Amino acid sequence: MTDDLRVRAATFGLTPEEFDEVVRRLGRQPNALEAAMFGALWSEHCGYKNSKPLLRRLPTKGPQVIQGPGENAGVVDIGEGWGVAFKMESHNHPSAVEPVQGAATGVGGILRDIFAMGARPFATLNALRFGELGEERNRYLLSGVVHGIALYGNAIGVPTVGGEVEVNACFGENPLVNVMALGLLRHDELQKGTVGAPGNRLFYVGSKTGRDGLGGAVFASADLSGSSSADRPAVQVGDPFMEKLLLEACLEAYGAGLVAGVQDMGAAGLTSSVGEMAHRAGFGVDFHVDKVPTREAGMTPLEVMLSESQERMVVSAAPGKETELLALLAKWELDAVEVATVADHGRFKVFERGELKADLPVAALNEPPEYVREGLEDPRIVAARERDLADLPDLKDPAGALLTLLASPTVASKLPIYRQFDHQVMTNTVVVPGAADAAVLRVKGSRLGVAATVDCNSRYVYLDPELGAMHAVAEAARNLSCVGALPLAVTDNLNFGNPTSPGVYYQLEKAVAGLARACVALDTPVTGGNVSLYNEYAAPDGRRAIHPTPTVGMVGVLADVSCHATQGLKRVGDALVLVGRVAGTLGASEYLHRLHGLEAGAPPPIDLVEEAKVQAVVRGLIADGLCDTAHDASQGGLAVALAEMVLAGGPGSAGLRADLGAGHGAAELLFGEGGARVVLAVTDENVAEAVARCEAVGVPAAVVGRSGGEAFELSAAGKTVKLTVAELRTAHTGTFERALGAKQA
Amino acid sequence: MVAYRLEMRVAVVTFPGSNCDMDAVHALGVLGAHVWTTWYANDTLTSAGRAPDAVVIPGGFSYGDYLRCGALAARSPVMGAVRAFATAGGPVIGICNGFQVLTEAGLLPGQLVRNAELEFRCEDVHLRVERSDLPFTRRARAGQVLRLPIAHAEGRYFADRETVDRLRGEGRVVFRYVDATGEQTSEANVNGSVDAIAGVVNERGNVLGMMPHPERAVEALLMDDRRSGSDGGREDGRFILGSLLDAALHAR
Repeated sequence: MTDDLRVRAATFGLTPEEFDEVVRRLGRQPNALEAAMFGALWSEHCGYKNSKPLLRRLPTKGPQVIQGPGENAGVVDIGEGWGVAFKMESHNHPSAVEPVQGAATGVGGILRDIFAMGARPFATLNALRFGELGEERNRYLLSGVVHGIALYGNAIGVPTVGGEVEVNACFGENPLVNVMALGLLRHDELQKGTVGAPGNRLFYVGSKTGRDGLGGAVFASADLSGSSSADRPAVQVGDPFMEKLLLEACLEAYGAGLVAGVQDMGAAGLTSSVGEMAHRAGFGVDFHVDKVPTREAGMTPLEVMLSESQERMVVSAAPGKETELLALLAKWELDAVEVATVADHGRFKVFERGELKADLPVAALNEPPEYVREGLEDPRIVAARERDLADLPDLKDPAGALLTLLASPTVASKLPIYRQFDHQVMTNTVVVPGAADAAVLRVKGSRLGVAATVDCNSRYVYLDPELGAMHAVAEAARNLSCVGALPLAVTDNLNFGNPTSPGVYYQLEKAVAGLARACVALDTPVTGGNVSLYNEYAAPDGRRAIHPTPTVGMVGVLADVSCHATQGLKRVGDALVLVGRVAGTLGASEYLHRLHGLEAGAPPPIDLVEEAKVQAVVRGLIADGLCDTAHDASQGGLAVALAEMVLAGGPGSAGLRADLGAGHGAAELLFGEGGARVVLAVTDENVAEAVARCEAVGVPAAVVGRSGGEAFELSAAGKTVKLTVAELRTAHTGTFERALGAKQA
Repeated sequence: MVAYRLEMRVAVVTFPGSNCDMDAVHALGVLGAHVWTTWYANDTLTSAGRAPDAVVIPGGFSYGDYLRCGALAARSPVMGAVRAFATAGGPVIGICNGFQVLTEAGLLPGQLVRNAELEFRCEDVHLRVERSDLPFTRRARAGQVLRLPIAHAEGRYFADRETVDRLRGEGRVVFRYVDATGEQTSEANVNGSVDAIAGVVNERGNVLGMMPHPERAVEALLMDDRRSGSDGGREDGRFILGSLLDAALHAR
């Protein structure tokens, strides 16, 4: 009997050894419900058992941090008494099985994390990764995920203001859907995910509990396989209208002082939300599972405790305010039921009609074992990184190469995606998607602006996890700086393969080390995030991990939102000032991938001191009104960056003429990547000041060209790219129009 | 900013799933009005015992809109008060979902159906103002081209031929989707509306429904570098909401 449960515990995500650990901590055998509750909270998704020892290396403190890791979301101070709550979370596995609902509920889940902090959600961004778009299934996943995000975000009325898309064969089976949400709050409006004190009464609020999403936390922590479409019941269905009611009701209840603590029910449902709230408070709960509103009769306590039905919250009422709270929730037509009372016994007791069904120590439940493993880099990746790139054929057709890169999904216009997202609702969107390196929102009633971005070049991380992760942080900070925002803090979403594989563990360990180094250097502490492991795909030589993808979500602040920059050229005759070094490197570049079919070479080296200097000088020029046009050079190098500045100028916009000199090979000059490089468009009267400010801090700066003319004319090392703006635009806009089946604009 | 000597009073109806109600409140506040929201379960539009001079039915997903958009909202208690306000000649503007609610309530003819391309669209469009003698358009001139954002999946105006002919004949088409030069083209008709109709009024001319969002375009700070170029238009919503406030003052 006991051995039977020890074996069956695997279906709850517990290994036999973990089951033995449960027995040891309890001092007795658990029953099936208890084992399932342990399994859910000890899953990677809830318990971080493989990643926690590594995550402790991340910097989490700073004067700007109001709330660090451990709550539903981080909170950062943006000044004038305002705070921004923000977090990113993945919905990779659900989206692989059912892209529309998988992505939609991903948006719903992260928004609940934000308003559980007392903040009103005011923007989302997304970082999406798919397999190559030539394959129909990948286009189906892309279209479904975009539709799902639109379905939820548009309906609830939170603008989707930015994001990134990467396409690589490694994401074919297992797309990545990472959603970041931001919310605004006054400092004194901060809420906590706590049960409060003994005697407090806990209320279940929102949708009824169904059998959908059963075991989702375990599902999210298991690798996908051929049988995954049979897992469809583990994917939940979203109801943005219900969430809108929850959102408004919760914010109204906080404002009226009716709430002592609150948390959303995410992965592992009631078990994790109530368990975590009790753990933070250091108390226990007497939970009455039969009180939970269910969608169907006959649900067992185990099913109720583990259901991941969407749009549900746990609210600890402020003592004496229970009746008022219920009246307020009734106004919003929400189901609200008292399900538990807080007790000082430190145990999570589950009763069914008065009968004790589970009796677990809260601490043991919330402190899973931690695994520190030995990492070892896959020799195939070492070989790819060390590949000699000297034998590459010469760049014969630079214009053709530029058009190919502009059509590459990573670079191509995402207009066919973001025009499906309401990016304007709430009337705070100052900089729209596609117009700049980061989104910018105003804070009503102040001069402040909030900027946000999500970034990761997974190929860099694949070829050098530590360096690649540093690049992700540096690029996010650079993107914020290019709109004029001071980078403040980070939320990270670690998407990796199976951590028990030494090759994957190596990537995880090194990537976290890289994040830590760059976040320290750029003064952007990590306030929380999400870990998604077991992301794999079938390769000809067996199952392989996806490109390791530590997506960085970063938030910044503008002291005066009217002083910001965008990337589109605005005037004819502006000087194009390159800040930073002129040449990049070709290792790990988009150019190698798309022109030569190679994912090889070392990513560009990084100098975080220089990075910080370049970013500071760019921010200063924007804040002081000396520059309103800035764009960083990332994938595709300077040629792509300059083309994007033309393309973002709008229809009928002028071209440019620029020369990158002859100090390096044409391919390196045009398409080389890396380093802290930003192109500014500056009016003549400000050029001298802009260059002088750069030189004063030891940052190279040079005028490389001018805006204007009918064509895009770019020279480097004796080669010239000459294309019409229309040719650039056709290459840039066609990729996602075709992929999403939209008509040609 | 327009400074009114008399404060204009505007009620914005909030359904449980409205999500542009606070945007309308903010925009009208920027224009100098005194604005309040009215909960859909109320059967009155008044605030502190005082009636509004104008009513806005805002955008959103009024009641989840899993049924037809606006169908449930049109049958809610507050709509009785809106109907009475309109019958008395008070100006009512329904924006986006508010337009859908007004057609479902029978206050405006026609229907808003799924966009021709079947997907949600959020982008700027050009609108030609067909009449400037309405309480919603007096600040504009007939033939003027405005630039306003849309954000909808079900904004394709549809009515039977007879109704459309009547609307045309009576001059009740207030806005049409056009290109930047004011010409009607199939490409400019972003959602495939019949006769490119973007907004219509009732017979009496005091109830307007429109799909584009004027409340999103009253401040130049927002929507920097709109994709359609920097040809101005970031405050074109003022032509409509400002006219509404003028009219409300005039009526008083």
